[in-house]
Amino acid sequence: MPATYSLIASNTLSSSASFVTFSSIPATYTDLVFRISSRNDIGGATYGDIAFRFQNDQGAFYGSTMVRGNGSAASSVRYLSVDSVVADWSQASNGATASTFGSTEIYIPSYLASINKVSSVFGVGETNATSAGIAVTAGLYTKTTAITRIDILGGGGSFVSGSSFFLYGIKNT
Amino acid sequence: MEKVIVDCSTGETTIVPLTAEEIAQREAEIAQAEQDRLAEEAEAATKAAAKQALLDKLGITQEEAALLLS
Repeated sequence: MPATYSLIASNTLSSSASFVTFSSIPATYTDLVFRISSRNDIGGATYGDIAFRFQNDQGAFYGSTMVRGNGSAASSVRYLSVDSVVADWSQASNGATASTFGSTEIYIPSYLASINKVSSVFGVGETNATSAGIAVTAGLYTKTTAITRIDILGGGGSFVSGSSFFLYGIKNT
Repeated sequence: MEKVIVDCSTGETTIVPLTAEEIAQREAEIAQAEQDRLAEEAEAATKAAAKQALLDKLGITQEEAALLLS
C-alpha cells in the first residue's frame, strides 16, 4: 500500500475535447496514476481505444502490448514504434448505451527516473449490451526524460462532455 | 475541435482550439480507427463463418464441438 495517494489535478469536460493535457506535473512523487471515466465519439463501435503520450513527444518512441476481449473473441496485439501508447478497447465509444462511460486506470511508475518509461493500463468500455470491450496493456516510452507533461488522447475521436480525468501522485515513503 | 490543458502547478484549466496541423492529425487518426474497427469486424465475421461451415460439415453443434475438445 502506498504511503500517499494524493490528487494532483482533475478535470471533467464540459464540452467535447480531442485530448486532455496535464502539464507542470510536480516532481514530488514516485509514481503517477490516472483514473479516467470516458467515452469517445467514434462511429458505431461500443468500445474504443484510449492513448497517451509524454512530453508532447510525437515521435515513434512508443510501444504497447495488450490482451483484449469482448465476450466472444480474445486476442493479443502489439504496436511498435508508434507515436503514443495505445490501449485498445479501453473506453466506451459512440455505439455504447447512452450516457455510459468506460473506466480506465493508467499506472506510470518511476516517472522521474532516468530510465525508459513503462506503464500499465487496465480499461473497460462499459455498455448495456452483450458485447463489451476490456483490455490490459503494457506501455513503453523509450526515452529517459523525467515526465512533466502527459496528453490523454481520445483514441482517434474526441472525448465527449462528462468524461472525467483524475491524476494522482504516489509516494513510496 | 478543442483541447483541454490542465496546469498541475496552478490547477488552472484552459480550453484551446486545435491547430490546423493537429486537426489534420486527428482526422487521420479517426479515419484509421474506423478502418481498424471495420477490419476487425470483417475478420471476426470471416472466422465465425469458417467455424460454422466446419461445424456444418461435421454435422455437430458448437456445444458438441466444445464437448469434444473439453
